[in-house]
Amino acid sequence: MEKKPNEWVYTDKVKQHFMNPSNILEDEETYEDDGKGIVGNVKCGDQMMMVIKVDKEKNVITDCKWKTYGCASAIASTSVLSEMVIGMPLDEAYHISPKDVTMELGGLPEHKIHCSVLGDKALRAAIDDYYERNGMQDKIQKEEARIVCQCMNVTDHEIEHAVLEGARTYYELQERTKLGTVCGQCKDEAIRLLEEYKKKHFK
Amino acid sequence: MAKRHIYMDNNATTQLHPEVKKVLKQGMEVFGNPSSLHFFGRQARHMIEEARGKVASFIGGEADEVIFVGSGSEANNTVLSMLMCPSKICSCGNVGKVSHEIITTSIEHPCIMRTSECLQDRGVPVKYLSVDKYGKISLDELKDSITDRTGLVSVMMANNEIGTIQDIKEIARIVHEKGVLFHTDAVQAVGKIPVDVRKLDVDFLTLSGHKIYGPKGIGALYVKKGTPFCPFIRGGHQEQGRRAGTENTLGIVGLGKAVEMRQKEMPAEEKRLLEMKTVLRKALGEKIPDIRFNGHPTDSLAGTLSMSFDGAEGEAILLYLDEAGLAVSTGSACASGSLDPSHVLMATGIPVEQAHGSIRVSLGRENTMKDVKYMIDVFPGIIRKVRNMSSAYKGE
Repeated sequence: MEKKPNEWVYTDKVKQHFMNPSNILEDEETYEDDGKGIVGNVKCGDQMMMVIKVDKEKNVITDCKWKTYGCASAIASTSVLSEMVIGMPLDEAYHISPKDVTMELGGLPEHKIHCSVLGDKALRAAIDDYYERNGMQDKIQKEEARIVCQCMNVTDHEIEHAVLEGARTYYELQERTKLGTVCGQCKDEAIRLLEEYKKKHFK
Repeated sequence: MAKRHIYMDNNATTQLHPEVKKVLKQGMEVFGNPSSLHFFGRQARHMIEEARGKVASFIGGEADEVIFVGSGSEANNTVLSMLMCPSKICSCGNVGKVSHEIITTSIEHPCIMRTSECLQDRGVPVKYLSVDKYGKISLDELKDSITDRTGLVSVMMANNEIGTIQDIKEIARIVHEKGVLFHTDAVQAVGKIPVDVRKLDVDFLTLSGHKIYGPKGIGALYVKKGTPFCPFIRGGHQEQGRRAGTENTLGIVGLGKAVEMRQKEMPAEEKRLLEMKTVLRKALGEKIPDIRFNGHPTDSLAGTLSMSFDGAEGEAILLYLDEAGLAVSTGSACASGSLDPSHVLMATGIPVEQAHGSIRVSLGRENTMKDVKYMIDVFPGIIRKVRNMSSAYKGE
């Protein structure tokens, strides 16, 4: 019987970046970065480090390297992200979203989207670090979290995170965050945010 | 050169034994309903009863103590679910009426874990025994856990992920001393280590076809004569009224042949697998820094080798190995689609980051020393590659 080559759960682009990743930071000791960001946690299964060099006249990223602890999609998304941002103005790179990364990869399985979320976070952390080092603190955009569920103290960021981790219904959102389990007044707002984040990341 | 494909994931499932393939092909000609009285039915009935005899004799039981079911998971669900039977007309008698607590372990197969959770949700208290760093339960904890409300103890014989084998004979003795029923999920054990239900003195035992070079979709449940029983699938007289549904004749025939072949091949093959595993373990231990092996060093399935790597995530390792033509499995969360790594590895107390970086190799009858040597050649380079791009590996 003829054995057909197995289809990967990932796209060819993911496979290509996973098998032959670009811009790995191999010379960590001697690399003179202008900004460095580390996010994630090995305990959770994903950790990413991104370093950038910046043309200070033009505010453009001239080099980007990374190290990632994680699965194939985490590795591929940092690899593709590093390619995307070299030559990109800082302002633009600052606003890259997980969706931009997944689109560049030709898509990721839904339960893998959260692996690509860390990439843009690590990049923003590296850019923030650059701003910090160069006295440009005013450019740092603090992500102010807003409390949605007063009883259980759950923020919009936590709702977004839960959606990225797989919550698709109000019930699943409750399971993950415990929001709306006391007075229930936040239900409508939580459902609105749930739909908004689903649209933002998955549609 | 054609790409190599070497299968080293035999605890997940196995390739059909060539002899099993043969009887399956022959069996396809037989279509009668085994319950029919005419020639066609009798033909199928004969094949089923012959297979039942083989399975029974392989595990040291009687033919009428063996019930054919759809899978190991079904057998396990059947045993656990008996304790919640509320029916007055059911044959299960007193099971679960007075004493209905369940004791099981923290390293069972998901079909036991999930069923236990559901039962707990319906009001059945469940106690999960802890394991030591090798994956063995404590007999003292078992003794202390059994109360007069305990209805059933279920302990898996050999673990699918780390290969650790429990002392089932002693566990059954302790459980029976307290007058409690005992079940063992022996899906990974039957056909790999000698199993004799009389010597072990178990009340229920689960086995499965596709882990021992038989077909998928067929399993068997051993129920000791005289043990209370309650069917999981009702509505037919098949299997002495214990499992309704027209018998899976083909699957049963395949399972019968599979155990027959295990009886012939198991002793020599297990010796061979152990030799291969020993070579693999030694070489990887020498060639790869910051590696640790999981499971019991000696009381372990011959072909199962579980290991963890610092600073390298399991799914990435698995996919690079796959690209090199080596099929293995991982306990990493990433590969399963959940957020938590293997509950078995976590129960043995290894750090969560090492559970994320775990790989299981399970060798089988098709594997040769050549395969093992190939793995030894490519594995260290793959770990180097993963660690080279890892933010979490601090260097050798």
